[in-house]
Amino acid sequence: MTQELRILTPQGMLGYGVPAEHFWRGIESGVDAMIVDSGSTDPGPYLLGLGKTIVTREAYARDVSLMLEAAWKHKIPLIISSAGGAGTDAQVDFMIDLIRELSAANGYRFKLAAIYSSVDRATIHARLREGRITECGPSGTLAPSAIDDAVEIVAQIGAEPFAKVLTERPDVDIIVSGRSYDPAPHAALCMTRGFEPGVYWHMGKIVECGAACAEPKGRVIKATIRKDSFDLEPMNPAERCTPLSVAAHTLYEKGRPDILPGPGGALHLANAKYEALDSRRTRVSGGVFVPTNKYSVKLEGASIVGYRTIFIGGLRDPVLIGQLDAFLANVRKRAEGIFPQLVSGEASMMFHVYGRDAVMGEMEPLRHVVPHEVGLMGEVTAPTQDLANDICNSTRIAVLHSAYPGQMATAGNFAIPLNPPETPTGPVCKFSVYHLMEVDSPTDMFPVRYMEI
Amino acid sequence: MSEVPLRELAQVIRSKNAGPFELTFDVIFDRKAAYEEVKASGALTAEKLAALYNIPVDDILVAMFFDPAMAFKMTVKRRWQQGSSGERDTFGAAQHAPLMDIMIPSRSNLRTSDPAS
Repeated sequence: MTQELRILTPQGMLGYGVPAEHFWRGIESGVDAMIVDSGSTDPGPYLLGLGKTIVTREAYARDVSLMLEAAWKHKIPLIISSAGGAGTDAQVDFMIDLIRELSAANGYRFKLAAIYSSVDRATIHARLREGRITECGPSGTLAPSAIDDAVEIVAQIGAEPFAKVLTERPDVDIIVSGRSYDPAPHAALCMTRGFEPGVYWHMGKIVECGAACAEPKGRVIKATIRKDSFDLEPMNPAERCTPLSVAAHTLYEKGRPDILPGPGGALHLANAKYEALDSRRTRVSGGVFVPTNKYSVKLEGASIVGYRTIFIGGLRDPVLIGQLDAFLANVRKRAEGIFPQLVSGEASMMFHVYGRDAVMGEMEPLRHVVPHEVGLMGEVTAPTQDLANDICNSTRIAVLHSAYPGQMATAGNFAIPLNPPETPTGPVCKFSVYHLMEVDSPTDMFPVRYMEI
Repeated sequence: MSEVPLRELAQVIRSKNAGPFELTFDVIFDRKAAYEEVKASGALTAEKLAALYNIPVDDILVAMFFDPAMAFKMTVKRRWQQGSSGERDTFGAAQHAPLMDIMIPSRSNLRTSDPAS
């Protein structure tokens, strides 16, 4: 059995740019695998709802080219998880198509496995009827209509489907997966070697973000894992993984610092230890993985809620800014008189007042401070783009020309930088499914396809 | 005893989405004395932070210190849908600023920099 496993993570997000010098330093130092995550819900539901990718095909090609060269020349296996951002079946195929094109251009040949994660609606409906779907955090109860309204629903792949491919077909060079729990491929590689689950899940959680755990925050990181601990080293010599920087990163984007739930169990970190090996490397141990009785996967689904049109501009008049809420309420009231859809709820209107509370809304403690200038973005969402355009246009004109008490500037209220002054921005999505679904086996939701390219 | 804003005691003060339905806030320290002083001060409690952010205390899902990382974490329900109509901060990364000016009763001279110098 291999005593140690060395994993290079070239970037926390595929397509954000891999510094070639640091990447090759990692490859030449000797590694057993390259693993890179490509997905996130952080950019919002549009990736899933509109089938968009996080970066352009060209940006993916720049990063993937380096990894394919290393995979071909050094025979190092590569795993790309959550392909394209949302990890839909179409985005897995998009990534495979890109790999095929780049490989053909360079004369590379690979054995490739694809793991898909789109879930059919009938399965989800059945599990909902069986009472085997629960909310994930404060996402609310899942309504059957939300399953039907979603454009696409994916389930997060855990470690087991990756481990199955690695065990069944050890000759596979590249795995491209659909939506995956971020640390899953890192964990899967270790799972096949008999390491402690608490150690490898903790490693996966940290390095799926690349060298984000380093000071300063970096990109390429190498993890060396053994049965009961792992070491982290950023591949940029100017960066350092210190016990504090690594411990702090463990908190990142997680609801709790001490218990991190995932498919099949939770990682408990209350007794985690972080020790400096030298000024740039840290050794981590002590994480404990506690399996759950029932294995659940996270479902992510997005639906289209309408079409949006916006306007932006600025207000500088102290008489107007001093009564801005009343003024905007008046503008809204006028619009509601013209467009009954704003009253019925089919359409919505929102004003973002930059310089006052646009960023934090009702959470803003300094909302009462009256600024000398504010930016105003009007946002209208309606069932059709035409209606959104109509409401937005009418509202923008009202902001420009409505009268208000004490008005001295009778020529207009609103400084508009853009021409034309309104901008249709297209469909608006929302996360309509974000729930946990029990599965009979960790692998049964995720079909695998093998191919040679 | 004088009062010191939290930003002079902590190394990192940040916010971020924790999934599409939660916002999480981290305050991370690089000096044990500063961490212990803030922890002991009682300034970072769910009740006080709920009042600061004008949210119901029941919407604070987590508010706890975590010694292994010398950190405080608060996680709250998101007030609005992520990335949908009416979004203000898609990544949730700009909601931390009010934490910076929380005043901490400080016995010692633990400021990260002396503003007078």
